Amino acid sequence: MTALAAIIRRDIRIALRAGGGAMIGVLFFLSVVVVMPFALGPDLALLKRIGPAILWLGALLASLLTLDRLFTADQDDGSLDLIVMSRTPLELACAAKALAHWLAAGVPLIVATPIVGILLNLDADATFAVALTLLVGTPALTFTGMIGAALAVTLRRGGLLLAVVVLPLSIPVLIFGVAASNAAVLKPDAFGTPFSILCALSLVSFVIGPFAAAASLRQGLD
Amino acid sequence: MRLSGRGLKCVRGGRDIFAGLDVEVAAGHALAVTGINGAGKSSLLRMIAGLLPLAGGTLRLEGGEDDLTLPEQAHYLGHRDAMKPALTVRENLEFWRNFLGGPLKSPHPEEARSAVSKDPGPFPENLTLRDAVSDETAPQDTAHLPAGLLSAGRGRRLSIARLLTVRRPVWLLDEPTSALDTSGQELIAGLMADHLRGGGIILAATHGPLGISANELRIGGAA
Repeated sequence: MTALAAIIRRDIRIALRAGGGAMIGVLFFLSVVVVMPFALGPDLALLKRIGPAILWLGALLASLLTLDRLFTADQDDGSLDLIVMSRTPLELACAAKALAHWLAAGVPLIVATPIVGILLNLDADATFAVALTLLVGTPALTFTGMIGAALAVTLRRGGLLLAVVVLPLSIPVLIFGVAASNAAVLKPDAFGTPFSILCALSLVSFVIGPFAAAASLRQGLD
Repeated sequence: MRLSGRGLKCVRGGRDIFAGLDVEVAAGHALAVTGINGAGKSSLLRMIAGLLPLAGGTLRLEGGEDDLTLPEQAHYLGHRDAMKPALTVRENLEFWRNFLGGPLKSPHPEEARSAVSKDPGPFPENLTLRDAVSDETAPQDTAHLPAGLLSAGRGRRLSIARLLTVRRPVWLLDEPTSALDTSGQELIAGLMADHLRGGGIILAATHGPLGISANELRIGGAA
């Protein structure tokens, strides 16, 4: 446990230092959401209807932006070699890295949601519902995105590859995240069903993500 | 304790680097791996560290801890320093100590206790950090500098300090003296001598003298 706590502490520290990924993700999220109303025009009903989708797209793109350095940063300075060699199972180390990434880059997005919700004409209940779906859904984005980040380690300029590999895996999360949010905003639909599926997707990704990432890291050893 | 490899074969990118290589190092001994550039010195060390697949042959560590693999009982000092530029010197070393140390689970309580008593003590007051990263030109406050500000030689010293944060019987050193000045080379020679006296095993890929007595394994014939 000491080893895993050490990874989590280190990665969060690096993300919060100058040049770390945490602030970049939030700023990107804010800029995507803030420019959207200007592009769509002053149609409040329209904004309210597509607001949750915009928030979810912003969160997805922001997580893609910061995920590509998850393993390549450790590979560039040689830390990855030592992590692979260590007594800590690689699967657990991967899970710890993903958890740290979510704490540093995912949680700030959720915290920023109420602020940008105002710009999208979402009322308090709707904003809370969207934040709740992001809270249970963004871990799934991180843990599936980790698979792409591990594949990107073997390739130069893997950033684009990450997007291509990860986006199809993220589509179910996006569908049910937006469905649950819309259900909360537009009322007539049931909130519980898509929300439960979203939770299930997150739980599945907790299991599959670390194993798939560790397998591709081992495969890519060089 | 004895590290032995029989008939090792290394293939990279479809090309045979070396084949039929035998390696044998006993406790308290060092092996200097030499050879021309591209002969496979680094590849051999990475194979032993479990970072490259064995294309052929066997590798084993006799007399080690049974429930641990060879890489888990080894320190690997590669070309890259494995230090995060954004973290301070002290934070970097503390991370590696916590990460590599983990729960101490030696089957021999005596050995575990000796490992603990060899523990260099809390940072940054311990000898390790002071000797490795600071000296008269840079007093103790080096510990609070971001590692990214260190010069190449000091970065190398910091990376060598990592070897002392946790006790591991096998040291795999890839050109340990590169970028080091004379006092740095003396420092690592002293550390290696201490490690050998404690019954450790050292494999070092090198072009120059190591500063300790070592057998030589030459890969790829005469230069």
